[in-house]
Amino acid sequence: MSTIQTIVDLIYLLAAALFVIGLHLMNSPATARKGSQFSVVGMVLAIAATLAYLIDVGGVTTTGWIVLAAGFAIGGLVGLRSADKVKMTDIPQLVSIFNAVGGGAAALVALTDFVHDKNLHLATIGPTPAVATALDILIGAVTFTGSIIAAGKLQGLISGSPIIIPGSKIINTILTVVGLGSAAFLFTGTTNTDVLILLLVAALLFGITLVLPIGGADMPVVISLLNAFTGTAVAMAGFVINSSALIIAGALVGASGTILTKLMADAMNRSIPNIMIGGFGQGETAAAVSGGVTGNIRQLSADDAAIQLSYAQKVVFVPGYGLAAAQAQRELKDLAQLLEDRGVEVLFAIHPVAGRMPGHMNVLLAEVDVPYTQLYEMEAANLEFPTADVALVIGANDVINPAARRPGNAISGMPILDVDKAKNVIVIKRSMGQGYAGIDNELYLDEKTSMFFADGKKGLASIAAAVRELVAN
Amino acid sequence: MSHQLLTDLSIFILSLLVGFEVISKVPATLHTPLMSAANSIHGIVLAGAMLTAAQAHSNLGYVLAFFAMMFAGMNVAGGYKVTDRMLKMFKRRPTKPVVENVQAEVKP
Repeated sequence: MSTIQTIVDLIYLLAAALFVIGLHLMNSPATARKGSQFSVVGMVLAIAATLAYLIDVGGVTTTGWIVLAAGFAIGGLVGLRSADKVKMTDIPQLVSIFNAVGGGAAALVALTDFVHDKNLHLATIGPTPAVATALDILIGAVTFTGSIIAAGKLQGLISGSPIIIPGSKIINTILTVVGLGSAAFLFTGTTNTDVLILLLVAALLFGITLVLPIGGADMPVVISLLNAFTGTAVAMAGFVINSSALIIAGALVGASGTILTKLMADAMNRSIPNIMIGGFGQGETAAAVSGGVTGNIRQLSADDAAIQLSYAQKVVFVPGYGLAAAQAQRELKDLAQLLEDRGVEVLFAIHPVAGRMPGHMNVLLAEVDVPYTQLYEMEAANLEFPTADVALVIGANDVINPAARRPGNAISGMPILDVDKAKNVIVIKRSMGQGYAGIDNELYLDEKTSMFFADGKKGLASIAAAVRELVAN
Repeated sequence: MSHQLLTDLSIFILSLLVGFEVISKVPATLHTPLMSAANSIHGIVLAGAMLTAAQAHSNLGYVLAFFAMMFAGMNVAGGYKVTDRMLKMFKRRPTKPVVENVQAEVKP
């Protein structure tokens, strides 16, 4: 082992350590940014070391250098630009795209390596690289197309409702057989490119058929799962080219994605296979039932809401995805600030699946300067509801439905925010429409609940205006 | 099972366990930046792309290398940038710092 090689390997080790420390520092919002910076340092060191290694061993052609530099420059610029431009509501799409390119790059590493081995006219490749190559291409390619479809759904380019392809069972069976068959053939160490291409195509198609049938509200689980896939694909690429840096980084991401997937699935009380088969949003249009709910609804005006809120000691805001869809985060913060200035204790109760990816709602509220000390996770928030004078719900539905505590319905067993434990509940909502689960919300009929029928943005703005007027008088 | 594979597998399994341990302590508030940070970390595939691209000596090899570099470059540069953008927004007290608060922070 040359001196340079040893130094490079030591730098990889340092980089891996920095990644772990960086992730560790993310255990608190106060240190998280420093953690990300540690991780950047690790990454820059690893890339610089790789560059030094390439220069040292030589063998890169001039064209090779140009290709390296051009690819990196173009990709890097596109990445930076999209990271600069992206709106916080669109973060899930961007993360999906980064999952796609990460998985794609991992698959390409194995492909390039395979092509190289073939050019060396090797009759077979060793069992380890063979298995790792097959897995890398399989997982990487599924992640690539799957994430693109997920991003398309989140962006609204592809319908968010579950798309059921006719004969999908047969198609998936064929793809699985072809994929596993060609993977098994690759395990034998063949350098036959046709088999590789067959595996690649089957995996790419499988990524599409996997994500298309999944509904929009299940995206937090899907993104997390694809994130775990990308990590695993990168780790497999590490096995292919014998790079411990890739193996460690890939495994860390794999672990992170797996944890988030489980948390999200638990928060929706659904199993991962159940989500992958297709959403329960399929029969959602059965609105006929909702007519029965109109019975005992109390409505209130902006002035009434303003009085309730202004004279409360403690107000819990419950934002759901509808808030983000209405782009009403600023209006919410404005109202919260007004109440705080009056001495009202204000906090925000965030359900794990309140956004389109894990933790999304927290980012949206942080963007409008809500301090993170006011952002309460579900369990902490549920301790606060019994002492809250008013719970104000904006754009949340299924995650506050008390029906979840009873067996026998679509959301039974799903952990919910105990909004009904607050002394008074105000719900800002456009209509009595149902949530994603397609069932009525009995909270709206509760005698301490008042409905304020309005668009989230306008509703919050009019309540804030009423509070201002009230305070002025 | 070769020595190399055994080493690689050990590293893989232990890193997974470290990952589970470290990441399970991240609060739900930070899950989006966490995923974005993890996303950036798998940008290390850039190093892999560089190493394999160095072996490219055919047109097909160059094309594959180019896309690998482009994808990985986008992943790593964009990932870190957007993570930092998000984390910058998480503040304890975004409103004008009041003197009391500053003192309270220094105290412990």
